[in-house]
Amino acid sequence: MKHLGYVAMLVFTVFGSFWLELILRIGVLRQLKRLVLTIAPVALVFIAWDAYAISRHHWFFDPRQILGVHGPFHIPLEEYLFFIIVPIAAIMTLEAVRTRRPNWIIGDEQASK
Amino acid sequence: MSYTGLAFTAVAIAAVIDLFLLHTRLLMRKAFWTSYAIILPFQLLTNWWLTSRFIVSYNPNEIIGKRLAAAPLEDLLFGFSLILATLALWVALGQRGFGAKNSR
Repeated sequence: MKHLGYVAMLVFTVFGSFWLELILRIGVLRQLKRLVLTIAPVALVFIAWDAYAISRHHWFFDPRQILGVHGPFHIPLEEYLFFIIVPIAAIMTLEAVRTRRPNWIIGDEQASK
Repeated sequence: MSYTGLAFTAVAIAAVIDLFLLHTRLLMRKAFWTSYAIILPFQLLTNWWLTSRFIVSYNPNEIIGKRLAAAPLEDLLFGFSLILATLALWVALGQRGFGAKNSR
């Protein structure tokens, strides 16, 4: 079970945020194109940062607490998933705030009418 | 560059993207700071999980050594820049007609 240490954090984040999609009907996952266009460029930059940090030993992962699957640049699979799941959770939080406080300006209101 | 240097640089770049490149100005908006206030405890909790259990460890030469809930201060900046850049781009795409409000 110990190798699921990092995955547990990702699962927690999914459960902590994705219920907003169902309960508050924020419609984030339905905006797939917008989601991909948001996540991909940001993830690319952070994956580059991760690759640099790993190569320069800024940080390192306990091999016993990760799945052991590595993508390009010796980056563990969990890190790649982190850069997808965490941004989605942040977007869901913002959209949830929008549903609860419809008068607060976010900046994209006119375009979505 | 050290993790410290990169973390502060990332926050600065994310702020420039939000304020001057995309003009989303989330840093000036209540909706953003409320969202971040909701995210912050979860960020601290998940950072704590990963660092206190040594799932992720840090080279002491690359951080200033100030820690918050077990995680280096730099992790907070890392997460903040990730979230700010993501939300700024999300809103900018919404401004450009990628929102799907009409599909609800």
